[in-house]
Amino acid sequence: MTLASFAFYMFATVTVASALMVISARNPVHSVLFLILTFFNSAGIFLLLGAEFLALLLVIVYVGAVAVLFLFVVMMLDIDFVELNEGFLQYLPVGALVGLVLLTELIMVLGGSAIAPDMIAGGPKATTDDMTNAEALGRVLYTDYVFFFQTAGAILLVAMVGAIVLTLQKRDNPKRQSVAAQNARRRDESVEVVKVKPGQGL
Amino acid sequence: MMLQTDIMAILPELILFFGAMGLLMVGVFNTSNLSRPISWGAIIILLVAATVVLFQPGQAYFAFNGALLMNDFTALMKAMTFIAVAGSLVLSHDFMHQEKIERFEYPVLVLLASCGMSIMISANDLIAVYMGLELQSLALYVVASINRDSVRSTEAGLKYFVLGALSSGMLLYGVSLIYGFSGTVNFQELASLGFTGNDIGLIFGMVFLMAGLAFKISAVPFHMWTPDVYEGAPTPVTAFLAVAPKLAAMALFMRAVITIFPQAQDAWQQIIIFMSLASMALGALAAIGQQSIKRLMAYSSIGHIGFALVGFAAIAGENSAEGVSGVIIYIIIYAIMTLGTFACILSMRRSQGMVENIDDLSGLSQTRPFMAFCLAVFMFSMAGIPPLAGFFGKFYVFRAAINAELYTLAVLGVLTSVIGAYYYLRIVKIMYLDAPDDEVNLPMPRNLSLLAGASTFLMLLFFIYPKPLVTVVDNAADAFLGVDVQPGYVHYQGTPK
Repeated sequence: MTLASFAFYMFATVTVASALMVISARNPVHSVLFLILTFFNSAGIFLLLGAEFLALLLVIVYVGAVAVLFLFVVMMLDIDFVELNEGFLQYLPVGALVGLVLLTELIMVLGGSAIAPDMIAGGPKATTDDMTNAEALGRVLYTDYVFFFQTAGAILLVAMVGAIVLTLQKRDNPKRQSVAAQNARRRDESVEVVKVKPGQGL
Repeated sequence: MMLQTDIMAILPELILFFGAMGLLMVGVFNTSNLSRPISWGAIIILLVAATVVLFQPGQAYFAFNGALLMNDFTALMKAMTFIAVAGSLVLSHDFMHQEKIERFEYPVLVLLASCGMSIMISANDLIAVYMGLELQSLALYVVASINRDSVRSTEAGLKYFVLGALSSGMLLYGVSLIYGFSGTVNFQELASLGFTGNDIGLIFGMVFLMAGLAFKISAVPFHMWTPDVYEGAPTPVTAFLAVAPKLAAMALFMRAVITIFPQAQDAWQQIIIFMSLASMALGALAAIGQQSIKRLMAYSSIGHIGFALVGFAAIAGENSAEGVSGVIIYIIIYAIMTLGTFACILSMRRSQGMVENIDDLSGLSQTRPFMAFCLAVFMFSMAGIPPLAGFFGKFYVFRAAINAELYTLAVLGVLTSVIGAYYYLRIVKIMYLDAPDDEVNLPMPRNLSLLAGASTFLMLLFFIYPKPLVTVVDNAADAFLGVDVQPGYVHYQGTPK
């Protein structure tokens, strides 16, 4: 067994196992932490495939932003996940049955097809020989695919405007910083020295 | 030079996008409430974009390495979409003011949605399809819940969002299957591979793609969101949702299915026939028991989409052009009469506020004869009674179906249209034969009566001089079908230049 296949099986096993833990862990914080583990190991698989840009993207975007956001949401919202998860096992047989049927169908449909032999050797490669794949992506992203890139920007703008429209509350008495008032403050107006006798308090 | 032609090709989209940016800036930096001038600004921008579209060169050409396609078909659909959006913005002014939900973001979001619709209509590869669809949908989810303090409106937005996300997921799954089995996302390259109904993986992809798109036009069985969203959203937003996105999604649906799978016709045709029959039947039967006129319009729009799909199913063989023009004419007439109907619905205003029950229309002919007349014309037209325009819409799609030898579909279609006539005519009966109740409708606002009058005029007089529309639509249909013979562009092949 070469080092690469050893690494693949390790990453793959840990990915699947931790993905299972994500949905079965009782504590939602543990779930999120397992999710992060899943992302890291998937990133490892991408690295093995030679797609180092995707691997880094997965770590930065999913671990750095999405998972941390999940963690915030889980911690800030007071949701009783134990109660939410009740009945999970009760639906498991039905869910497993549906999944099994779907899997059998997919195998029946796709099982007959095989990868064309010339695709195995000559299919698309993750990296071209003379450049890293971050460079290769960068070259087409802003030239051939500039339209899609800009449209994606427009979509994000819509999301931002929408979030503001739907949630921004105009409060009657917002607490704003007043620099003039801060500068006008004097020590004797704001600080009072109090003598406290031991054992009595104020 | 290449970039310059690309920029000129997407000039309407650029006008919409930068117009939206400008209006957004104006709205953000002005402390006073400028929502009405901004809304008029948006209408002007839309009309300018529509004019620019119509003045673009007539022959078909590609932009951005084949990502977008411009021809007579896309130009017509874009212009109609922009005009429909402008019309629904005109409808919104008074309502938003009375309900105190005037917000300058509404026209801005509507402009961005129109930009997305424009990309959808022009889309010539699967990435562009998805990008346009998301740009449109995301803005639509937000405007559906623009009245954020109302439970019904937020519920409508949330429902639309969740189900829309699901349908986008299905669409993406289909796209990834198609890409996985073919190695390309470009429409013409996909078409040149010549898929037949036997390529099982691609058929999987096609079905998912069609499911995702059918959700956007609310064809049965992907219609569940429509009544709830139409009822919950503020009425002018409903008018917007019922017209412009349908035009764009229908254009995209036809382009995607027919351009990508020209050889797999027997595979997609049966799906379209089923969706068409189911939509017509549901539209006719489910609307009968409705009390709210907005829900009724939702079921009515499902039914109309079914009729338009009759024309779609007939796009086959030599008579393809007839089917395409049938769909275009139907959907354009549908857009005009729906806008007019919503102008009347928005005028159902009494001293205590808006009403939206069908019974509130009773005796309208005595209190507000003009409004009753307009609404009656729209109802007759929707029922498909000659010589109104709605009849000709149905005539063209059914003629296409007969010529394509889809006799069962045509017969069942005519039958459902007879059933559907019952609830349209019931509204006319309530307005003309029932006694008015004590409360009287307030007079129609001027904007609304102008719009309702204009579309009544078009509905009434279409049969006298249908030639201009028919000629334009026939041109568009020819452009639509002739697109795959366009040479002269090279797809990106892998090695960076």
